[in-house]
Parts: sequence; structure tokens; C-alpha cells
Amino acid sequence: MKEFVVISGKGGTGKTSLVAAFAALAGKVVLCDADVDAADLHLVTRPRIVETHDFVSGHEAKIDPERCTQCGLCRQRCRFGAIDEAFRVEPLLCEGCGVCAHVCPERAVKFLEKTCGVWYVSNTVYGPMVHARLGIAEENSGKLVTLVRREARRLAESRRMDLILTDGPPGVGCPVIASIGNADAVLAVAEPTVSGRHDMERVLALANHFRVPAAVCVNKCDLHPQGAHEIAEEARKRGAPFLGFIPFDPLVTRSQVDGRSLVEYGETLVVRSIQKVWEGLQALLEENADGALEPFEDTPMAWDRAQA
Amino acid sequence: MILGIASGKGGTGKTTVACNLAAALECSVVLADCDVEEPNAHLFLKPHWDVVTPITLDVPVVDAQKCTLCGACQDLCQFKAIAVLPETVLTFHELCHSCGGCALVCPAEAISWGSRQIGERRTGRRGPIRVVNGTLRIGEAMAPPLIGAVRQAAADIPNCAVVLVDAPPGTSCPVVASLWGVDYVVLVTEPTPFGLNDLALAVAAVKKMGIPCGLVVNRCDVGDDRIHTFAHGENLPILLEIPFDRKVAEQYAQGHLLVDVFPEWKTMMQGLYKAVVRELERASSGASPKEWGAAPETREVSA
Ligand code: SF4
Ligand code: SF4
Repeated sequence: MKEFVVISGKGGTGKTSLVAAFAALAGKVVLCDADVDAADLHLVTRPRIVETHDFVSGHEAKIDPERCTQCGLCRQRCRFGAIDEAFRVEPLLCEGCGVCAHVCPERAVKFLEKTCGVWYVSNTVYGPMVHARLGIAEENSGKLVTLVRREARRLAESRRMDLILTDGPPGVGCPVIASIGNADAVLAVAEPTVSGRHDMERVLALANHFRVPAAVCVNKCDLHPQGAHEIAEEARKRGAPFLGFIPFDPLVTRSQVDGRSLVEYGETLVVRSIQKVWEGLQALLEENADGALEPFEDTPMAWDRAQA
Repeated sequence: MILGIASGKGGTGKTTVACNLAAALECSVVLADCDVEEPNAHLFLKPHWDVVTPITLDVPVVDAQKCTLCGACQDLCQFKAIAVLPETVLTFHELCHSCGGCALVCPAEAISWGSRQIGERRTGRRGPIRVVNGTLRIGEAMAPPLIGAVRQAAADIPNCAVVLVDAPPGTSCPVVASLWGVDYVVLVTEPTPFGLNDLALAVAAVKKMGIPCGLVVNRCDVGDDRIHTFAHGENLPILLEIPFDRKVAEQYAQGHLLVDVFPEWKTMMQGLYKAVVRELERASSGASPKEWGAAPETREVSA
């Protein structure tokens, strides 16, 4: 079984539209939306939810005013400034470390498990999908990502499907780290802008850090052709296969508005470009199966360069 | 005034608005780029950096001589950052939240503090604009403390009328760390289903923090009227609408500040600032801030 994760330095690069198009091209896949912070894949895959589960993770402190004598020990020890003057815990600042509960001489602090979101298993036209909704302003997004990926894998095993397509979160932080560990390959989608290039370099450095083979494609390439070429060049220089350019097309927005995959609009230039990237990816996954493709060389310079 | 600029998802033009607003204001302004995973504002503002500060977190160091292997630290740590084995104690610094609990409970006083770098903070300037940003070390998961350090440095800059906080995408802890304590949030969105989906989440998060907000609709002519319907239903002001313009997209792609290239952008950004000031005045004169009460916790995924 193979898992393949689409990521991008920033959101809005067209990651989700690409994943939906790949799913349509692949035919039989398990879909996984690991962008739990702002899940969007359900908007273009028309899921029918078959299972709903709570995501319980971590703890949250709550002070019982009946027992609290306002001695101040908890406030003094809390390193996150989460306990206010009136000895109430601000849930948005509480990290769930439990120090307050430990120091309280009156045992006034309740340390409760908390529900941080929901996750779903759905059926879509392209195959089953695991997706989630992190509660508003919740933490633990990395853990939720790990959970949806594990469930997608379980689903793929039980249904004997050998490809998992994961829509990853943007950035290089905690949720992305949770998205790419042990994946067979990642595709970084870049925009042909100065910031797009900067983001792509950081994302490749991350893939490199975790030793996951990465490939690159450029979306909306015609908005700045020269920038697009520079990104392709930079990717190759870093040993990441460059899989192709995809032009800007208002059809992408249309398809979102209609809630359909791009592939359903026939053989347009965008679709043909995406097809090419998809073929490149499949080749990459196969090569990787023979062990021919090594994660590209470690360049400790990547971090310094990303700063420049 | 501290003004947050956010969006449920990336790519809506948040950084464009933040940078161009900073450049259009023509007063002493601080731009705090809190998107420490992918800081980008400096690519457009091209500031001259003055100070680079490594940002570190406190992490426990166990003195093997003193440790009695009692296991108290492991029991307290909620983040599995300490493991007490039969003959030794292991610490996993990447998982540590620096809560201080382990040292507090250790009866043998075997725990002292070391530090580990999570990233870097930079401060610099471009004319009257001061820029602060943070860059998370690759492979590092603890973004919020670095964001806190960026916000702190921005707050410490004296004599400045406006602090613009460029927030990261999403609705989880990095966004909360970025927007905590700002006076108003401008949410940049676009009129597509993705735009609306992510905007609804961002609005819920901002309301949960109790901060008033308004919208900038970017590429307002590419999709449909769903953002307007939503804004109306939620009673959110639309502060500015920006039509899609290929010329603008191309200039942006090359890293140009739009206020430098298109004079109308300057007027537009100043108008946006005035609209925010009007909204804040309106709020302080009449409507009580309690209007921004509890928001729905989670939104169901529409099947
Ligand atoms: S400081 Fe807190 S999070 Fe870090 S190891 Fe100690 S108990 Fe765990
Ligand atoms: S609490 Fe102190 S003595 Fe006990 S295992 Fe931890 S470090 Fe060792």
C-alpha cells in the first residue's frame, strides 16, 4: 500500500483541487483530508457520511469556585497566563499541563478530558474518505492528523485498496509534520511568486528533514512564467523531481462553485497538465517501490538559505 | 491600535493586504509577521534587518546523580516528554511544552533547566515601517511560543500608532497565539466555496476570542454571492472589495508592493483603515462588546 501526500507552503495554491482531480484520475483510492484546521476536500468530493466519531485528546483545567480559596498558587505556577484574577481558567490559553491541579492544596482544580473535534468516514464517488473537523480554536491538530491518517490506512487495508491520497495542511509546523511522517512520497504544490518559491524551499527542507521523497509542481504557472521556471530549476537543484506546470484557469474556481472535480469538465489544458503530473507521480511511486528513489541528499544549508 | 489580519485559509491575499496597508498608512507602523511557518511579508516590504534573536524554550535536564527514578516527573508530564526507564530517565525535548511541572514535583531536586532553539526572531525597518517576524526552525512543531515572542517584540517598539499582526492560516493554536489581545481583525476571503468554508471557521474562532471583525473580499468577481449572504447573516461589515486583476496578480508574483505600482491601491488601503476606525468607534459608542458572545463550537460538514 502507498500513501501519497499533497502539501504546500501556503494555502490557496490549489492543493485540494489537485487532490480531487488525482482521485478522479486514479479511480480507486482512499482519500484522507489531513488539513484538519480548514478541511476543504469534502467540498469537491460530495461525501456521504457513514461514521461520525468524537476526537478526545488532552485535558483542560477548570477551577471549582466552591472549593477555591484564592490562595494564588495555581496562578503563580501557570506558565501560560491562563488563570485570570478571578481564578477562572481561560480555555484558549490553557495548555492542559496539569500543574495547577497538582499544586492546588484545596483540590479545587478539575482536570477534565476534552473533546477537540470530530472525525468522519464517508463514501465519495472516488472511494472512501476519512476527514475531520477540529473544534474552533482547539489545539492538538497534529494528533488529529495522525488519527485520520491511521484510520485511512486501516480503511485501505480492510478494503484491499493500495493507494491513499492525502490532502495535507499548509505550512511546515506541527500538522504538516504529522502529515508526512512515513508517507511514500509528497508532492509540493508551489505558486510562481516570490513568496511561493520561498515557501517551496521551506517545504522541501521539511520533507528532507523527515527523509520523505518529495516532488514539485507549479500551479497557476502563467501568472509569472519566469518565476515558475525558477521554481522548477530550484526544485531540480535540490534533487526533487519536477513534475510539471499547471496553468491558471477560472475553471478551477467554477469547479469549486459546482462542487465537482475538474476532471469532470473534459479534456481541457488544465486537466491535461494535471494528468501529466499524475503520471509523473505514479512513476515516482513505482520507482520508489524498487528502492531506486532515495530521499534527496541532506542539505543542512536549507535552513540557512530559507532565512536569507 | 493593534489590528489583526487573518483568513481561514492561505492564498486569499492576507499578506498582500497586510504589507500594502502598512505601506499606505504613512505613519509609524509595526508589521508583525506571525506566520512563523512561512513568513513572507519581508519579501514584499524588503526591510533592512537590524536585530536577529534566537528564540528558545526551557527544557528539563535531569541530573542522573540525584535522580532516584521515582517516576513522579513522568506521571505529571501530560506531553510524554519524560520517560523514566529502569535505569535511566529520557527526555524528549521536541515534545516539551515548558510547563515547569516536572521540576516542581521532583522530590530529589534532580531537574534543572536547559534551553533549545525553536527559531529566530528578526526586527528591521523600511522607512517609517518597522517589521518583526519569526522563522520556525525546520522540523519544529512549537509555533505558538515563537509567535508570542514576535508579538512581544512588536509591542515593545515605542511610539507607534498602529501594530498590524499578519496571522497564519487556520483556526488552531498558532492563530490564537497571533490574535490574542488584538483590537480588531480584518478577515481576508474570496467568494468561493473554499473561501466561505474557511471564512466561517475563522469567524467562529475570532468571535470565540471575543474580537470584533470585518471582511475584505478579494477577487470579489471570481465566484458568486455566497460571502455576501454569509456576511449579512452574521452581521459582519464588508470593509473592502477587490476585483480580480491579472495585472495585479502578476505584479504581486514578482514581489512588488502594489501601492508602489498602482496609485489606486494606496487610496483603497487608506479607505480600509478608515473603515476599521469607523467600525471601532461605532462599537465603542453604542453596541456592547457582549454582542460577540459564544459562537457555535463546531460546524457540521455538509454532506
Ligand atoms: S516542563 Fe512540562 S512538558 Fe516539559 S517535560 Fe516537564 S512536565 Fe513535561
Ligand atoms: S521526579 Fe526526579 S527523582 Fe523522580 S524520576 Fe523524575 S527526575 Fe528522577
